[in-house]
Amino acid sequence: MAESPAAITVDGLTKRFGSLIAVDRLRFTVATGEIFCLVGPDGAGKTTTMRMLAGVMAPDAGSATVAGCDVVRDSEGVKNHISYMPQRFGLYEELSVDENIRFYADLFGISRREREQRAEQLLAAAGMARFRDRLAGQLSGGMKQKLGLSCALIHTPRVLLLDEPTTGVDPVSRRDFWRILYGLAAEGVTVLASTAYLDEAERCHRLALLHKGRLLLCDAPARLKAAMPGAVVSVTAPTPAAVRDALQNMPGLSSLLVVGDGVHLVVDDAERRLPAIRERLRAAALPFSEVVQVMPTIEDLFVASVGSPAGGDA
Amino acid sequence: MSEPAAAVVVKDLVKRFGTFTAVDHVSFDASRGEVLGFLGPNGAGKSTIIRILCGLLHPTSGEVHVAGLDVTRDPDAVRAQIGYMSQRFSLYNDLTAVENLRFFGGLYGVTAAEFASRLQWAIEMSGLAGRETALVATLAGGWKQRLALGCAVLHQPRILFLDEPTSGVDPISRRQFWDLIHRMAATGVTVFVSTHYMDEAEYCNRLALVDRGRLVALGTPSELKRTTMTGGLLLVECEPLGEALVALEQAPGVLEAAIFGDAFHVTVLAIEPALRELPRYLAARGLRCGRIIPIPLSLEDVFVQKVGREAAAGAMPA
Repeated sequence: MAESPAAITVDGLTKRFGSLIAVDRLRFTVATGEIFCLVGPDGAGKTTTMRMLAGVMAPDAGSATVAGCDVVRDSEGVKNHISYMPQRFGLYEELSVDENIRFYADLFGISRREREQRAEQLLAAAGMARFRDRLAGQLSGGMKQKLGLSCALIHTPRVLLLDEPTTGVDPVSRRDFWRILYGLAAEGVTVLASTAYLDEAERCHRLALLHKGRLLLCDAPARLKAAMPGAVVSVTAPTPAAVRDALQNMPGLSSLLVVGDGVHLVVDDAERRLPAIRERLRAAALPFSEVVQVMPTIEDLFVASVGSPAGGDA
Repeated sequence: MSEPAAAVVVKDLVKRFGTFTAVDHVSFDASRGEVLGFLGPNGAGKSTIIRILCGLLHPTSGEVHVAGLDVTRDPDAVRAQIGYMSQRFSLYNDLTAVENLRFFGGLYGVTAAEFASRLQWAIEMSGLAGRETALVATLAGGWKQRLALGCAVLHQPRILFLDEPTSGVDPISRRQFWDLIHRMAATGVTVFVSTHYMDEAEYCNRLALVDRGRLVALGTPSELKRTTMTGGLLLVECEPLGEALVALEQAPGVLEAAIFGDAFHVTVLAIEPALRELPRYLAARGLRCGRIIPIPLSLEDVFVQKVGREAAAGAMPA
């Protein structure tokens, strides 16, 4: 995808709210047809970035273009080419699925015939064809999000901006949602989605990992993982807390985390440390079923690049 | 952990609302010091079960004991034994940290004599020393979350309920939080976690997967990954993506295919035959194949397969 023209360029984008720097000199580009994720916890600056790219909030510094339009000088032009689905998309709960779609189609000036065709296609892809007469207020969380997406897509945008589209959505609906996004990307639509679920970011083409308004990392998930220094090791054991205590002061250890049925640790060198871990556990007479190197998660990357807080009590 | 191990016993629990069966013959137990996760789609019955365990809802039938008490006969005594922390921590933003603790202490009936030492403990646990008089509104997410935990356990409950406790919190604060939870569990507190974040589920000792009112799986995260799945998971690199997706979905032995960036995660009935046959199958359709390798399952894969399969089977009586 390296040759495709950029659908979104962001350069030095900054937004302040009083003394808080919500978005701090952000810089990245998104290629046409790419699915790009803004990933980070609450307060990372995802929504603020999204709003600036949608042309509904002016940046304090820096620039950005979306579908070739400058978000400051030509914010109206931006709006013609994008669809923006904010966290709380304005569905009318007392209107039916069909009526909501008709409302957004009218808003975007879509002809009746086009609307019918498009609605049928979108609702089928969302697995909602049977629910066209149901009131939006009576849909499950996952279905509401899919209806919001259908409304946002009724006018075939070139760039789709989705702010936390899958928050509160269960994993099955989340997979449906991603399937739709990949269908759109295949048609050449560029998708910029934000998420606070770090595991969800594994699904996108490329991601920008944000923390407190700043860009920590930006690349394809697989490349970021391959570049992470050190190795993540998973120990499966019936007494995780005892395992933690036994491994706590091991040489080469940079992080140690108790999970439900074992511990996860980050060490400098798997080859050297794996046998040492097993030895320690045996010496302490602690049972374990597995000590293996595993792929780092996006969360591991986040923690490794932010580092431990000073005086952390973990 | 030498005293009777079961902190919570649920036998054949049923809850109906009119003709709708929200909880359908559910049985499980939880030991002292265990962290037990409840996973399931929206409306699966997770919160109904938890409300019954808290003594807030009467079961239609079945038996529920919490900390040795019968929830139908003794709901008030049950409530004295439990702590609850919701997703949107119900802290008062315009009160200080200490004022919030005092308020919740009063609510839970912590005596004045106990309060001083519990307050000290909660401040230390949440890392708020030096910020006792800061307005909650000015605290960062991780602190708020630990303060909310402090408020929920000020009365030293034996059972603690957490509802998506770390959603949206940064990973470092989240890891600190779970470390606290595990240390608390080590003192004998039983912790229930309700979530549909798979990364929260990884922190639970055991997981109960709930779908349409029924318990569809129960076990440790690694047990579920090992036993729930009939087959296994493959990473498949194949282009072009769109056509490859359609082909993979129709390939023999494939249960599910999902795009992850430039590759697929493909759930298959059996690893070995799939490794042998998929390259040939895809090549025969003019698709360019890269690596095809087995990868470990995630809890999300377990969830999707378990819940998806149950849904496909229709509503079968237990």
